[in-house]
Amino acid sequence: MTRVLAWGAFLGGCLFFLLPLIGMTEFSLKMRRGEYSFDAYRRVFEDQRFWDTFGYSLILAGATIVVGVLLVVPTAYWVRLKLPQARPVIEFITLLPLVIPAIVIVFGYIRLYNTSSVLPLTGSALGTDILLTMGYVTLALPYMYRAVDTGLRTIDVATLTEAAQSLGAGWITILARIILPNVLVAVLSGAFLTLAIVIGEFTMAALLNRPAFGPFMQLLGANRAYEPPALAVIAFAITWGCMGLIQLVTRFSKHERAKA
Amino acid sequence: MRRPVRWRLPLEWLGILPFVAFALLFLILPTMKIVIGAFQTSDGSFTLQNLIDLNTDSIRNAYWTSIKLSLITAFLGCAVGFAMAASVVFGGLPRRLRGPLLTFSGVASNFAGVPLAFAFIATLGPAGLVTLWLKTEFGINLRAYGFNLLSFWGLVVTYLFFQIPLMILIIIPALDGLKREWREAAAVLGATGAQYWRMVALPILFPSLLGTFALLFANAFGAVATAFALTGPQLNIVPIKLFAQIRGDVLGNPNLGYALAFGMIVITGLANVTYIVLRTRSERWLK
Repeated sequence: MTRVLAWGAFLGGCLFFLLPLIGMTEFSLKMRRGEYSFDAYRRVFEDQRFWDTFGYSLILAGATIVVGVLLVVPTAYWVRLKLPQARPVIEFITLLPLVIPAIVIVFGYIRLYNTSSVLPLTGSALGTDILLTMGYVTLALPYMYRAVDTGLRTIDVATLTEAAQSLGAGWITILARIILPNVLVAVLSGAFLTLAIVIGEFTMAALLNRPAFGPFMQLLGANRAYEPPALAVIAFAITWGCMGLIQLVTRFSKHERAKA
Repeated sequence: MRRPVRWRLPLEWLGILPFVAFALLFLILPTMKIVIGAFQTSDGSFTLQNLIDLNTDSIRNAYWTSIKLSLITAFLGCAVGFAMAASVVFGGLPRRLRGPLLTFSGVASNFAGVPLAFAFIATLGPAGLVTLWLKTEFGINLRAYGFNLLSFWGLVVTYLFFQIPLMILIIIPALDGLKREWREAAAVLGATGAQYWRMVALPILFPSLLGTFALLFANAFGAVATAFALTGPQLNIVPIKLFAQIRGDVLGNPNLGYALAFGMIVITGLANVTYIVLRTRSERWLK
């Protein structure tokens, strides 16, 4: 009886998740009347705006990951090593982006960094790009910090630091050559998750008026019929790819440890 | 090497200076700007008028629709997610299903926003796969039954696609935390399966269930992209209203926009405070 119910719940849920995936795939292939074809995908890939916006979002994701790692790894390390009393405060701050909706944060940016303010970041394209990157770092902060902090928990930070110091290493060397390699798996997991979040992000990019992939998809969705589901398939593949890479690096590290 | 010093500058704190500066510049000050703006008139003096002005039919309606949407998707997300998680953990399903379910949940909970709206339009929209299939095979016209994807219930169904997986991701570790010994101890004392669930398992899980509910609520309440790509600017929910306000001051009063955003912070803030409090309570048991 329990087993029947269990299978029912599981298969029913699977059906709900599979239908939209089948639906979007099928719809994306229907552009040519009467037969399945990849025309919609060809159209998407022929569109220069697709490559421009996708490239832009990819660069932004890269910048977000670099800034995020440079910000989170030293902070999490330092808090574990020297400032355990600051831990609750830092953790609280890293959870704030889950509490404050992204749209509110970007609203604050627009009003705080407008052209008549002390730091008129929205006045230039580069300034707005920087602002958008910082916005994405903020969005990724809860995931990035948690991943890195969990990674640090598995290594003996204090002993490693003392050992490195007695061999004459400075802080930069310790961070770059001792700590970072040890939490690399956590950092990579956080990085791929960040990529998945940033690549199709809509709200911040649209409100800051930057030519990112999310607003491009929305624009295409409002004007075309067959290209949007093709984009959805592509976006799903990207998300799946990011999650697959996370699993891959995690499994790889387990393997390495087992051998050691 | 260390000389005994009575008092030193707390130099350790310098180590988190970059982080604190970042948090101030890109998280705390922008939010403060909104919160303070909600209590200011256009010339900068203190007022409660903005919050009072929120009390119009259209804005009240938007908040109510948003709260309803978030409550319903959070509730259904919790219920379905719990059923699926429980079926894999206790239901006697092959253990091989568990890994793929977790991986898929990780993907689906991140597959939100614009593409998700496209996927549902292709499935349940006017020319969608399921809509056409029901019409040609069974003669069921979804529209005639009052279902429209570009409406409140359409949004509920679409949001469930990321709400259920989020629930699965959070609740499976909690279900794993239920110790086998507790069930055996209950059985030794003569409890039935239903009694074990009612008197042992659910009270222990209750904080994490309610906590996840709060997280799902906030998750749906702040979502913009999915709703915007699905219905455009028409649907009257708070995030869409705020989006239009930021783009073009549709309310005709910038400070009213601050108040609208402030209302969102208060509501998601309350939901998340509940989550954090209940989570710390549940973790005491599930170690």
